[in-house]
Amino acid sequence: MANFTPVSAAIGGALIGLSAVLLMLSTGRIAGISGIFSGLLNLRGEDKGWRIAFVGGLILAPILAGLIGYGMEQPKLPSNWAVIVVAGLLVGFGTRLGGGCTSGHGICGIGRLSPRSIAATIVFMVMAIITVAITRHVLGG
Amino acid sequence: MWIIAPLLCGLIFGAGLLISGMVQPTKVLGFLDIFGAWDPSLAVVMAAALAVSVPGFMLAGRRSRPWLAGQYFWPGKSGIDSPLVTGAALFGIGWGLVGLCPGPALESLATLSPGVIVFVVAMAAGMIAHDAWQQSRLTAQREPLLARATDG
Repeated sequence: MANFTPVSAAIGGALIGLSAVLLMLSTGRIAGISGIFSGLLNLRGEDKGWRIAFVGGLILAPILAGLIGYGMEQPKLPSNWAVIVVAGLLVGFGTRLGGGCTSGHGICGIGRLSPRSIAATIVFMVMAIITVAITRHVLGG
Repeated sequence: MWIIAPLLCGLIFGAGLLISGMVQPTKVLGFLDIFGAWDPSLAVVMAAALAVSVPGFMLAGRRSRPWLAGQYFWPGKSGIDSPLVTGAALFGIGWGLVGLCPGPALESLATLSPGVIVFVVAMAAGMIAHDAWQQSRLTAQREPLLARATDG
């Protein structure tokens, strides 16, 4: 557990929870990133303003952090492009079919004590753990 | 200026992902790798987020309407069905392959990382593919009904 960072995890987590609560109290919307983003992809539909603003804020955060000296490094991704594409397709299709992702089900749904979200979170956590176990320890990636 | 509220919420959410380190796939994969050098940080992130969101949503539930909108948009579905389980399973596999879920993926666009851009484009394609598939299923279900309706 050499990489365990409980203090920054607790502060960051509390901010994520605060963001979800403030979005609900102000605009009445669920802070589920997959739902917010997918609403931007269809050409019809009028309620795009708040979605663009939220995603804009999300992307602006590391840029502003960079201005005060806490820049974000580029994320480490697999060198195999096919893996990145397949993972992206699965995340996109899966979050739409399952009605949410880590934020929508994991933070907001469990936050409302929804049995659907608790089930979804258990399923995606277990599948992700199995996937990492296979890629890191069976295939030895 | 109601647009300030969702913008601020996005900024706070992004700050939370940055500070907690969850914007980095290595940190997320460290949590998912329970057979390796396990890093429980993600569990602390979720626990802290829920410590705020559970009482916060209870408070919102007691108010008749949000500050800046006419109504709350609470999710309407209840019950655990097979699309929920299948979708969550597919998402879990994709998440485990790379360590990116939608929030950190969109936020990482700020770094202009080519890998992240490819991931987000693929994610959008997956979402569009799902919606097109649902649309075609709905149309296929409705066609016989429409045919009968014109007969009547």
